[in-house]
Amino acid sequence: MSTPLLSVQGLTITYRRPGLERIVAANDVSFSLERGEVLGLVGESGCGKSTLARAVCGLERSESGQILFNGNQVKPLKNRRRPPHLMGIQMVFQNPYASLNPRRTVASQIEDGIRASPKAERWSVTELLEEVELERSAATRFPHEFSGGQRQRIAIARAIAAGPDLLIGDEPIASLDASLQSKIALLMRKLAFESDAALLFISHDLAVVRVVADQAAVMQRGRIVERGPVAEIWEHPQDPYTQRLLSAIPVVDGLGRLPG
Amino acid sequence: MSNGIAVRNLTLEVGETQIIRDISFDIPAGQITGLAGESGSGKTMTGMSICGLHPKQGRRGGSIAFEGRNLLDLSEREMNGHRGKDIAMIFQDPTASLHPMLRIESQLTDHLRFHEGVSRRAARTRAISLLGSLQVPDPSSALRKYPHQFSGGQLQRIAIASAMICNPKVLIADEPTTALDVTVQAGILRLLRGLCDEFGLAILLVSHDLGVMSAVADTLIVMRHGKIVESGTRFDVITSPQEPYTRALIESLPSVVSPTVDSPAQTSTATRFEAK
Repeated sequence: MSTPLLSVQGLTITYRRPGLERIVAANDVSFSLERGEVLGLVGESGCGKSTLARAVCGLERSESGQILFNGNQVKPLKNRRRPPHLMGIQMVFQNPYASLNPRRTVASQIEDGIRASPKAERWSVTELLEEVELERSAATRFPHEFSGGQRQRIAIARAIAAGPDLLIGDEPIASLDASLQSKIALLMRKLAFESDAALLFISHDLAVVRVVADQAAVMQRGRIVERGPVAEIWEHPQDPYTQRLLSAIPVVDGLGRLPG
Repeated sequence: MSNGIAVRNLTLEVGETQIIRDISFDIPAGQITGLAGESGSGKTMTGMSICGLHPKQGRRGGSIAFEGRNLLDLSEREMNGHRGKDIAMIFQDPTASLHPMLRIESQLTDHLRFHEGVSRRAARTRAISLLGSLQVPDPSSALRKYPHQFSGGQLQRIAIASAMICNPKVLIADEPTTALDVTVQAGILRLLRGLCDEFGLAILLVSHDLGVMSAVADTLIVMRHGKIVESGTRFDVITSPQEPYTRALIESLPSVVSPTVDSPAQTSTATRFEAK
């Protein structure tokens, strides 16, 4: 097999805190991702999963190790414009209230994505809205007119519009209703496949990751402690941390068993 | 000992919109009553109405009986005597419900001193012992800190301490674990269950997550469009829901949905991993 779509090798990222010890947010992390693969990244808050996602996007400076996207090195962007060969990385953030521009219509924000795409003729705004199951009339409206779930659909449409090779979701469903979570997660999975992209799906909830991902990686204190097919991890967790994470998920059986 | 709260034929109208349409239920002491439903179903407004924190221009109807009185008839002044003392509330986002520029000490003790007129020193002692029993590490130095110095789970414990310090009889918990991780959520749920069993507290737990309900709620009420569509014991509602809406809510949960649907790339992915 030729070079993988995304390859992260020995990535270490630390944060300095004045007067305190440094935090090692990612500690010698290595993994690779191919087109058509869905990798779920799980771990509790503060384990470094968002840092990892931000580093892959070029939003975080690494101490050592490297990130290769299509064979090109991903370097921190700082205030520079994103180079064209990294346009294939698109991200959907946790909070759609903050990631959409409140003063521009939905259509104009999705058009931004289409303009950034190398295959600009592939999608129209109407088609994209249809894909994420929103009405055509949504195009002329503003983000505040939509509910949280609908806004997240708009954010997904914008990311897909750019024709990504790698779609990253950083807790894209954490702010949504439980009944919407698996819907939005499956929508991301479907759209990633349709655009022949890879999906890196980050969540603290292994129950959600089980629904979307084929492979899962469990992170604890900056390290990947377990990686494998998601069904395998769900059924037979090897690492004690994964076992703890699994037992914390409430079981919907009506028996009143306290999790954890 | 109080018998909790009895809500009868409660309605809430804001302008022309009916937010709550004629609902009746009990919040008995020593039990956790779960109130479930999607966002916009009126479950948060129900909790707010009980505390008298509903929108100012809203009109309430029906009755909310607490210790022989109808809370709807109380003046704002009388309600202030109950709110935070007998009836306390915790909210979804502790970073928003705690004041960012006040020390934990004043957020824990100001209302205690207002309601019970105890001395600063006595209030502080009570705050320290309460924080200790809620497993906040190093309570006495925690009192001198500000909210930004704590993690989300610790802040929610502090918010619960702030609600519990006046020994309330009723606790209304509005999505208390939604902003938290599953592991932290498990701890908070244990804590709520413990408070309920130990102090005979009447808890109204508002949540959209039926997994949470299945873990702690004794009885479960499902709301939709401002009405109660289903209620009963936890076991009955979750294992044999009568309403299609409740069934849909349960089936859509990520822990219930069967994993990964078919996809064109599925087969190729599978073989690729075998190859490795």
